[in-house]
Amino acid sequence: MPWLGLPPFYASFLYLVLHWVVLATSWNLLCGYSGYFSFGHGAFFGAGVYTTATLAGTWDVPFLWTLPAAAAVAALLGVALGAVVFRVRRVRGELFALLTLAVTFVLATVIANTPIDGGPGVYLSAVPLPTLAPDPAGTFYLLALALATLTIALAYAIRRARLGLALFAIHDDEDAAEVMGVPTYRCKLAAFALSCGLAGAAGGVQALFVSYVTTGSVFNITVPLTVVLMSVLGGTRHWAGPALGALVITVLLYAFTAADQAIVGKAAVGAVLLAAILFVPDGLLGRLRPRKRPVAEVTADIVAVPHALPAGAPLLRVTGLRKSFRGVRALDGLDLVVHQGEILGIVGPNGSGKSTLINVVSGHYRADAGSIQFAGRELAHLPAHRIARGGIARTYQIPRPFAHLSVLDNVALTARFGEARLSREVAEAQGLRWLQFTGLAARAHVLPGELNLHQTKFLELARALASRPRLVLLDEVLSGLAPAEIDEAIALIRRIRDQGTTIILVEHLMRVMTTLPDRIVVIDQGRVLAQGSAREVMARGDVVTAYLGAAHA
Amino acid sequence: MTFPSATLLAQSALSGLFIGALYGLLGLGVSLSWGLLHVINLAHFGFAFLAAYLCYQLAGTGHVDPLLTLALIVPTFFALGVLVQWLLGRFRVTPLNSLLATFGLTAIIEAFIQWIWTADFRRLESSYAGEKIRVGALFVPVPELVTLVLALALSFMVYAVLRHTDWGKALRALAEDAPIASAFGVNAKASALLLSGVCAALAGVAGVCLAIGFTLTPAQMYAWVGVVFAAVMLGGLGSAIGPLVAGIVIGVSEALTAAVASPSWSPIVSFTLLILLLLLRPGKA
Repeated sequence: MPWLGLPPFYASFLYLVLHWVVLATSWNLLCGYSGYFSFGHGAFFGAGVYTTATLAGTWDVPFLWTLPAAAAVAALLGVALGAVVFRVRRVRGELFALLTLAVTFVLATVIANTPIDGGPGVYLSAVPLPTLAPDPAGTFYLLALALATLTIALAYAIRRARLGLALFAIHDDEDAAEVMGVPTYRCKLAAFALSCGLAGAAGGVQALFVSYVTTGSVFNITVPLTVVLMSVLGGTRHWAGPALGALVITVLLYAFTAADQAIVGKAAVGAVLLAAILFVPDGLLGRLRPRKRPVAEVTADIVAVPHALPAGAPLLRVTGLRKSFRGVRALDGLDLVVHQGEILGIVGPNGSGKSTLINVVSGHYRADAGSIQFAGRELAHLPAHRIARGGIARTYQIPRPFAHLSVLDNVALTARFGEARLSREVAEAQGLRWLQFTGLAARAHVLPGELNLHQTKFLELARALASRPRLVLLDEVLSGLAPAEIDEAIALIRRIRDQGTTIILVEHLMRVMTTLPDRIVVIDQGRVLAQGSAREVMARGDVVTAYLGAAHA
Repeated sequence: MTFPSATLLAQSALSGLFIGALYGLLGLGVSLSWGLLHVINLAHFGFAFLAAYLCYQLAGTGHVDPLLTLALIVPTFFALGVLVQWLLGRFRVTPLNSLLATFGLTAIIEAFIQWIWTADFRRLESSYAGEKIRVGALFVPVPELVTLVLALALSFMVYAVLRHTDWGKALRALAEDAPIASAFGVNAKASALLLSGVCAALAGVAGVCLAIGFTLTPAQMYAWVGVVFAAVMLGGLGSAIGPLVAGIVIGVSEALTAAVASPSWSPIVSFTLLILLLLLRPGKA
């Protein structure tokens, strides 16, 4: 480009565009994909700026060497912040946005008050610029071009990889993603580190471009808000969305500034953002869904359940399980054994702790006390995604599919993050197989919002089964279904057991509970009240009292 | 570094109290909007500054007492607030998108202000701009005192409305569960429009306080965003008294830090407090 003989202005302008492409796309890696909107991108950008300023300006390190250092410092800062913040379950959405904004101001104050800057800013005009191109403008353009290519390539790669799927799942329902086997903490941290590192590198280049840096010019609200604007305009779910947004906004702003209408330009950018949010909330590229692929032939066979124990051997042993929610003792010393290959029914009046039991065993909640032994391993304090990897899956009473992922992607997700860690193609093939098993193969590329309740419940089932769990926990999977649908579901559950998966079934419907499970457990007030076959258990006086109350004479 | 005298510390705390009151007044509208309407209204700052400039214009060239300009400003901004909420409601904008949409609106407002009044610094020379009351060894500037009084009065008024009137309860119900509240007869749309109008009117009042106490320039509106959001978060979303208390806490701690250490360190107090509170306070918003 610089060798075309055009005036340096064009190279500088392109540098500016590419600079914003890097910043917006790097922001989108974590924030757009996973929904953790950060307003702190300026902090990491600034960290990169000041790393280069300090290394090149004060310690005379050659400029090009400062760029990886700037990226590393910014990435480390991001990891340090993320390591703390991502552990706090509550800090999501707007709270995360505000926390990251606050970090920017704290960092700015620290830098302004310490010898890094100290107040008067750092001058970089004396730093020699490597001659990668005939003129300085061309050099900056090439550096920015390299960074932009790297960033966009990363955005595309992540989008296609397991990490991208994980981030999209986190965006839709982080807790469900964790329970489905996604290591949410690690994924967020990885995306955050990449995002911050790239911002830092961009900062490093910018430091020399402006050649005089002050905390005021670097750590203001412009960078964080502009990258959000660019990404939202272009579309946060698309890998090229932020780049498009950056291009449009930069050109727009420039067109007005050049025409001596900077004020109008500012208003125009504001109007564009406003219009975009109102009329195109998914962004310009947001409407671009992947082409509807024709439903592929189901070619895969059902993979066998790994490490099956001999039939009848104890698979899950729960001892003394306790879980309280601020005074409400949901589980109060629960003991239970589940045998390999059986269908265990769990019944009990409302509020007895059935759903809490499932939530604790699957890792959605952490037990207060007690032990959960699964095929010899202690599960009680493992994070949910490790429990999922260990071979336990669950469905939700009120279905929680990932709303922005297709039906097939929903099912393939658990296959990709399950014990076997399947590749994309194999996982999708397996996913299709399970969709066929549950009768949803024709709707593989549809969004979950377009399914009815019956189909959504079966989607949950397919999703739970795709990771080939040894134990599946079905939480009121039949509630809300019509009688014909219930019969279909019962047949399905029997076939699931025949394929080697042990089943725990929580239900209220008596006609199902007397025929389907091998054994029934009655839970009341967080403890096991009775066990045995359906007939024996239902005839017992204390069970009837628990359900219906004491008899009056 | 010599430790400052008691008088200096007291005066610093007092000035922190006043600036904190303004943080609280600005934060009141943001907190109500965020907590009860689920709209993160960045345009609040745009409105405040627009009101400030309007007050400057009317009181400066029109020679009207600044507080009398409220008679025009409050209804005008009420109408503006209703309009903005109508737009957001019509397009069913989500809370996070409302932040971005209102940011766009703020940019438009800033451009508008700059177009009419230019970026030059503007200072309203009102009759009581320089007046001070002396209380013992301390000086109490009258404009700041006016701000404090207004902030206190409005905060408590809003608190009383939310707590004790039917409309206030309806608003709180709507914030918790809008469909159910509607099913029980609360007019969600009208309430939202009304509340948005009130918040914008509050921004108008804050703008007048800005005009009488500060020098104005359009880009300054962004400088308040961080601190006011900190006050809103610390005070609790949807709370009436919370932003005022939090604002004062932030203002006083900033001022004391500036007096004891150095002014350039003062932002670190409020933002570190915000970070710690976000991480450690159990069961926050």
